Amino acid sequence: MCGIVGLLVKTPALRARLGELMAPMLIGMTERGPDSAGLAVFTEPLADGARKISLYSGLIEDDDDFNWQGMAHEMKEHLGIDATLKTTGNHAILGVSVDPEMVKRWLKEHHPGLFVLSTGKSIDLYKDIGAPAEVADRYNFSKLKGSHLVGHTRMATESAVTPDRAHPFTAGEDFCLVHNGSLSNPNGIRRKLEPRGIHFETDNDTEAACRFLEWRLREGDDLETALKKGFEELDGFYTFLMGTKDALALIRDPFACKPAVVAETGDYVAIASEFRSLAHLPGIENAHVFEPAPEEMYVWKI
Amino acid sequence: MENLTFDLSETPVNTLNHYLHHEAPKGGARKIIVTHPDGAHNIAVGLDCPVEVEILGHVGYYAGGMNKAARIVIEGSAGTGVGENMMSGTVHVRGFASNGAGASAHGGLLIIDGDAGLRCGISLKGGDIVVGGSVGSFSAFMAQAGRMVICGDAGDALGDSLYEAVLYVKGNIKSLGADARIEPLADADIAAVSNLLQQAGMDHAPRDFKRVASKRELYHWNADANQEY
Repeated sequence: MCGIVGLLVKTPALRARLGELMAPMLIGMTERGPDSAGLAVFTEPLADGARKISLYSGLIEDDDDFNWQGMAHEMKEHLGIDATLKTTGNHAILGVSVDPEMVKRWLKEHHPGLFVLSTGKSIDLYKDIGAPAEVADRYNFSKLKGSHLVGHTRMATESAVTPDRAHPFTAGEDFCLVHNGSLSNPNGIRRKLEPRGIHFETDNDTEAACRFLEWRLREGDDLETALKKGFEELDGFYTFLMGTKDALALIRDPFACKPAVVAETGDYVAIASEFRSLAHLPGIENAHVFEPAPEEMYVWKI
Repeated sequence: MENLTFDLSETPVNTLNHYLHHEAPKGGARKIIVTHPDGAHNIAVGLDCPVEVEILGHVGYYAGGMNKAARIVIEGSAGTGVGENMMSGTVHVRGFASNGAGASAHGGLLIIDGDAGLRCGISLKGGDIVVGGSVGSFSAFMAQAGRMVICGDAGDALGDSLYEAVLYVKGNIKSLGADARIEPLADADIAAVSNLLQQAGMDHAPRDFKRVASKRELYHWNADANQEY
């Protein structure tokens, strides 16, 4: 079991309330996923050439108090770049205006314990172990602003309970995926992708789906084509919810083994594993509530 | 006492179900109204008396499961397993129902005004199900007894490995499951469909339905089938 939530606001005025509307959705899925939680929020994109990198220091042993400012200072000395920094405990969003790969190489060399959560112009990513309410509180989820987000509560079945194996998973830039279910061929997918130079960070089955779909997008497929290839290649049980810089996308396996429900109004599209995560949303009494069909693609653009 | 209201935004489902199990059989309120169900699981499960329950909103998993004698109306949609394993009485969903609606129901009537998800009526054991909309794939899988009336379409593998349950479908059947076949409608079928539609308050011409029943070829092991069915 796991819980999935997603929210895309159509009314620009609601972007300031994105986190406030979403936090109860995530906490509502605690019974489905009590061991870890996470979310990716998509904000107004940065200018061309600028990138933000979400970083997590919680994998460093005995270091609950990572010196982010020291790291930024060191980076300026070594690379000669001025990075912006927004920190929340073991989490930081590093803003740079150089090639993010150069920054990530430097981080790997000088701070190998830091975990890169996401890279992009819009995406900020948070994930950690703990009950969804604790994780939401740890990173002030209710204060988040943006156009759309993807969240997840985890009940681990396929790999250990660790922060890096929590969802969302990311690959490339401004792309993330959350998963409820279990894949039966993640190792086959890995064997297909690894010879192409695609590097895996965990043994988690969801990471295989995430890297497969991002690889297809990078090869030039549009989202619909990539998802169609996903139906052909990915075997197992899944409801996948994906976030890109300007869309949310949802697919369910042909057996619809894992649940999903959607509520749509003129103001928002909200997705959750179960209706109980949607019941608090404004105007829900008059929302169009439906269950997405198996093997169909649902894409909502901002 | 005429009506009694439980507001689930203030009262836990346990309290509601405790009343329905222990007080309702003593002849308390004639009708129980449930407000703000908000997708909660296990609402009005295991009822064992002819009480009337009206739920105003969307319910979560297993609503009305194991029902015996009660009449339960859901003014909204239902999550997985609505009316599963019911024995008698009625469960009426005014909206759509998710997967496994009416699974292994032994008796009673499940009415779904909208669509039903996958595996509707799986392992049906004698209950009746009327669906105003369409049903998803693998519906009536291994259904042993009872009847399903489907006013819309059916997905893939309808009635796979069917035993003695009989299915009536008005719309298109995407595919029949192993050992299921379409049979001619007899007068008894017309009467049965007519009666079920009337109970469900739905208006369709019984003659427009197709009868799906078992070929009964899987009842005995066939060594020559080469595992192909």
